[in-house]
Amino acid sequence: MRKFFEKIIEFILTISGATTSIVILLIVVFLFKEGSGFFTHPEIENGYALCVNAGNPVNRLTPFQIKEIFDYEIEDWQAVGGNEAEIVPFRFDEIFSRYSDEELGEEYEFLPEKLGEVIRETPGIVAFLPMQYIPKDQPGVKMLPGENLHPADFFGGKEWLPTTTPAPQFGLLPLLLGTLWVAFFAILIALPLGLGVAIYLSELAGERMRNILKPTIELLAGIPSVIYGFFGLVVIVPFIQKTLNLPVGETAFAGSLILAIMALPTIITVAEDAMRNTPSTLREASLGLGANHWQTICRVVIPYSMSGISAAVILGIGRVVGETMAVLMVTGNAAVMPHSLFEPIRTIPATIAAELGEAPTGGAHYQALFLLGCILFLITMLVSISAEWISKKQAHKKGF
Amino acid sequence: MKKQVKQNIAFGIFRGLSLIVVGILFWILGFIIYQGCGVISWEFLTTAPTEGMTAGGIFPAIVGTLCLILGSSVIAFPIGILSAVYTSEYAGNGFWIKFIRVMTNNLGGIPSIVFGLFGMALFVRTLGFGDSIIAGSFTLGLLTLPLVIRTTEEALKAIPDTFRHSSLALGATKWQTIQRIILPMAFPNIITGLILSIGRVSGETAPILFTVAAYFLPQLPHSIYDQVMALPYHLYVIAVSGTDLEATRPLAYGTALVLIVIVLIINLIASFLRKKLQKYHA
Repeated sequence: MRKFFEKIIEFILTISGATTSIVILLIVVFLFKEGSGFFTHPEIENGYALCVNAGNPVNRLTPFQIKEIFDYEIEDWQAVGGNEAEIVPFRFDEIFSRYSDEELGEEYEFLPEKLGEVIRETPGIVAFLPMQYIPKDQPGVKMLPGENLHPADFFGGKEWLPTTTPAPQFGLLPLLLGTLWVAFFAILIALPLGLGVAIYLSELAGERMRNILKPTIELLAGIPSVIYGFFGLVVIVPFIQKTLNLPVGETAFAGSLILAIMALPTIITVAEDAMRNTPSTLREASLGLGANHWQTICRVVIPYSMSGISAAVILGIGRVVGETMAVLMVTGNAAVMPHSLFEPIRTIPATIAAELGEAPTGGAHYQALFLLGCILFLITMLVSISAEWISKKQAHKKGF
Repeated sequence: MKKQVKQNIAFGIFRGLSLIVVGILFWILGFIIYQGCGVISWEFLTTAPTEGMTAGGIFPAIVGTLCLILGSSVIAFPIGILSAVYTSEYAGNGFWIKFIRVMTNNLGGIPSIVFGLFGMALFVRTLGFGDSIIAGSFTLGLLTLPLVIRTTEEALKAIPDTFRHSSLALGATKWQTIQRIILPMAFPNIITGLILSIGRVSGETAPILFTVAAYFLPQLPHSIYDQVMALPYHLYVIAVSGTDLEATRPLAYGTALVLIVIVLIINLIASFLRKKLQKYHA
């Protein structure tokens, strides 16, 4: 009986032990299921299609080309692989200004016919029409075969405009580069600061100073990110705007500053741990050879704990890349390719947080946000695994 | 003598940097406390927001956050503690245990917004909980799981093996040893970890955005399938989307102060417990 009971307990414990692995598995399944669904959506808005004049040799337009055409940025068919002719973009509502309600019929039964007429008579036209009114069988009309969203357009796209018609733009690059851009400068600011404090804590600080600094750092790690965001919004953003004379204070720089503060605790703790693990024999040997304390730190402690310090940087990057609320509140959220530190920018997590509430469930936009989640997940997995790998190397070193 | 000068300069810089870090913390805390303390009143803490969130208090948000703390604790504490017992007492030293450790670490590194996406896909949609306390609690519970596991594991490791051996030698089974000797001894340390995880839950915003948080909901929840307001989300909302910033700013400062005070108290309790324990163990 007792043995049986023990077996049951062990079984329950084993299950609990496996929970984290199961959760990761579930995250992967759900994220990637929704994310991969993105590529099954058509390139242009659901339920619509593009038609051109039958004499037009163009058979395919990329989402970016479609957007540029309807924004009047591309004005000649030659630019998209056609003949030399002016492009005439035509939106569905324009038909109502060309024909009266009587001509179109009470139930709009003549609408496809009239649309066909317009397309036939305008050689350079590209019309954006609802599927139900497409003049399919009429002569002189060619419907462009609608293709599904293409990975190349997502991973190589330079614009993120998920709600534009006729073709929403789902370009990953501005968001990915924005994230890395902000993270890079955050680490650049946090690293010297964090390393300095780590050296102070592990080498110089007395017991009393440690007792003040350690809880301070823990508290910095414990402050919610929304508080950092709020602080950034009311203090740092106006400060940057005023001192640098910028049109807006919500910039990549504000984000980097806040993220640097948020990455500090991680960097300090991990780097300090690594430095403290330097064997005292190494230290004493250095001191015994006549080096002073600072030389010992520079030439012995830091080189010895280099892998621990790199792990600190990597974990700091992980913290910074996934941070949502603070970045959402201070970076201005303009989805553009990053050019400078002093312009608004938008990161992957901020995009998810800002847009998921408005994206219709199951639509291309919704699933694009899940795809962004997948990318964020992969980045942080990469970060965790490489940090793990590096600290394993550090652990091996202890043996000599 | 030159190297002595170099050393003095370098050490001076490190002292300065450490002061800066302490300064940053006190700057943030001081600023929020200074701006917020004028707003805090009994009325602010016990009434619902009114007039399009430009007046009134934050009572529903406080209650909501407490609900989420309670809900996520119910999920994360038992699973986390049992999981830690398994990894530190039962699992040997093979591949499986290493795998679990790596997975736990990785789960701890996943950004909170990804938990939000996952919680929305699994709990809100697939399991059909809708935006509700239960969906938010599950999401937050899973988020803090690695923290609970890690701190519990450390607490268990701190118990010397002699206790395990004596108990087993007296004829107790493994589970009896854990239940009557190891867990009670590690209990205070485990509690410290649990308190820290509560601190984490009370401040998280991104995971609750799409799983539970309500923009404005003056009445209190009736069941676990209701939406609630939550302090961090409320702060975000009135900080960025207010139409009348002049009127909402004081409320935002007040909300931020309440949130900071909760987090401060939680951290103080945790570090107080830890200090007391260190003395006890010595």
